[in-house]
Amino acid sequence: MSRVLIVGEHDGRTLNQSTARCVACASAIAPAAMEVVILGGDTTTVAAQAATLAGVTAVLTVTGNDNGRAMAAFLAPQVATLADGYDYVLAPSTTFGKDLLPRVAALLGVPQLSDVMSVIGPRTFQRPIYAGNAIVTVEVPAGTKVVATVRGASFKPAGGGNAAPVRAVDASAPPPEHTRFIELRSGKSDRPDLQTARLVVSGGRGVGSAENFALLYRFAERLGAGVGASRAAVDAGFVPNDMQVGQTGKIIAPELYMAFGISGAIQHLTGIKDAGTIVAVNKDGEAPIFEIADIGLVGDLFEIIPEIEKRLR
Amino acid sequence: MQKIIVCLKRVVDYNVRIRVKPDGSGVITEGLKMSINPFDEIALEEALRIREQGKAQEVVLVSIGPDDAQQQLRTGLAMGADRAILVQTSAELEPLAAARVLRQIVSREQPGLVLLGKQAIDDDCNQTGQMLAALWNRPQATFASRLELDGTVATVTREVDAGLEVLEVDLPAVVTTDLRLNEPRYVKLPDIMKAKKKPIEILAIESLGVDVAPVLRVIRYEAPAARSRGVMVKNVDELVGALHDRGFLA
Ligand SMILES: Cc1cc2nc3c(=O)[nH]c(=O)nc-3n(C[C@H](O)[C@H](O)[C@H](O)COP(=O)(O)OP(=O)(O)OC[C@H]3O[C@@H](n4cnc5c(N)ncnc54)[C@H](O)[C@@H]3O)c2cc1C
Ligand SMILES: Nc1ncnc2c1ncn2[C@@H]1O[C@H](COP(=O)(O)O)[C@@H](O)[C@H]1O
Repeated sequence: MSRVLIVGEHDGRTLNQSTARCVACASAIAPAAMEVVILGGDTTTVAAQAATLAGVTAVLTVTGNDNGRAMAAFLAPQVATLADGYDYVLAPSTTFGKDLLPRVAALLGVPQLSDVMSVIGPRTFQRPIYAGNAIVTVEVPAGTKVVATVRGASFKPAGGGNAAPVRAVDASAPPPEHTRFIELRSGKSDRPDLQTARLVVSGGRGVGSAENFALLYRFAERLGAGVGASRAAVDAGFVPNDMQVGQTGKIIAPELYMAFGISGAIQHLTGIKDAGTIVAVNKDGEAPIFEIADIGLVGDLFEIIPEIEKRLR
Repeated sequence: MQKIIVCLKRVVDYNVRIRVKPDGSGVITEGLKMSINPFDEIALEEALRIREQGKAQEVVLVSIGPDDAQQQLRTGLAMGADRAILVQTSAELEPLAAARVLRQIVSREQPGLVLLGKQAIDDDCNQTGQMLAALWNRPQATFASRLELDGTVATVTREVDAGLEVLEVDLPAVVTTDLRLNEPRYVKLPDIMKAKKKPIEILAIESLGVDVAPVLRVIRYEAPAARSRGVMVKNVDELVGALHDRGFLA
């Protein structure tokens, strides 16, 4: 029977929801054991959160000061050592997992599957290529460890209510001296997190400036929505990089996605195609975003947003 | 540092919308416009700027691919690279195989820095740089939006989900590029002429003695489930009404 190891993502306090989505993906494999490993400085709180996830059979903790910063060069040898007893090693397809897991796979000498979006059979998976323009079905041959990142937007997070045992393991490897963490600059906001928000309001080049984005922030606040952006809006400096949605930004699946002043390039659309309802507002009736929008309105976002707000009670 | 290696992959141009073959055996690439992977172009631009600042002497391009990849290498040489290596193969390599090939080239060339794109926009794997760093047992700094070199140390700002992370790595190191690292220069006509004289060394992949056989079995390709076109509403009242009907804005 198969054993799955999931590398949990966290910031030292909170388990990232992408981990629960990995657990959901792993459940589809119907493994005999499904264990989540938390590598960190102080792992107590996060491990307790992981232990509640439905289907998890154990939580492993690898605690060490050097693990406090999630650097691939530190973590990869530890995960590779742990991987020995497992048939599957999974991590979320977030910047954390994308950075770490290929390094693990190479240490193990096995290929990696990126962005698994569905489980067809225990060793057969689907993943998007060409910015989501094609889906490829890939089989990992028997006897080869399955190492894969999981496309979170394709899986509903596993539920809670579990109480899996937590145990500390020793996998610490000597930290390589060649890599040093300097800082994390994060534009912390009170807005709902883009990757977990139920509603997302998003702006593109059409928003025109950083100042104009205030209009979207205000609107999002009234809705309780997260805020996203197109690459063009990030490149132009209207908003920080962590707001980019798309092929090379964040892949999201909110219940409602409202795009304002976004043309709908394929690289953007691949980041939102799992959204429940897509609303597009664009002054160009020919904009490609209308080809996939559930509700489209041609018009000027600067007039339309205040008009919508007036109708919110 | 003496040398920077830049990896260039030949891919279908990002503006082309690819289609899956009707029999599901692959995607149609015949006759499509091919280009340097956009992230690799950014990697090359960065290498050229480093050389222009006098912090490196030579920029060497490496591509693994078919004979036709010489076109993309020529473009890279016209942008300003000094020479190029084509590791010739007609097979599509898995990222681990590409990393093994690059590991061999790195042993031979001994670069101070290897720059790759964060992802190839055909396979969208986002693996090769990290794998090379593992096989080489050297630092990696992925998704770079800023790169500063000071002697034997690189300070790299990385675009991560939480914001911007800054790492310091000792050279030699592997750095993969994100979109906002720079804006690649345009190639000028005289440079295209000059580039014709720059050397491209062609190596048969077999000569490197690495295992590049595919491990994963590709079963089939298919078009993604299409989202159907929805409704166009005429005004804000209709828009708000439609959102109410779907249970939003309650
Ligand atoms: C390798 C690569 C990776 C990429 N990755 C991503 C990615 O992850 N995410 C991403 O988004 N893009 C990505 N892109 C870029 C993508 O190709 C597009 O260039 C980008 O999405 C365009 O952003 P936009 O729609 O905001 O801008 P534009 O295409 O310029 O569209 C602006 C739109 O705003 C409308 N508009 C203007 N003013 C108003 C107004 N007052 N009211 C209403 N509408 C208005 C216009 O009609 C237009 O349709 C990538 C590109 C490459 C090459
Ligand atoms: N065949 C190749 N030739 C040259 N560089 C490559 C090749 N395959 C991958 N790379 C490099 O590795 C990066 C990441 O590719 P991937 O892991 O396939 O997404 C690319 O942006 C290139 O810089």
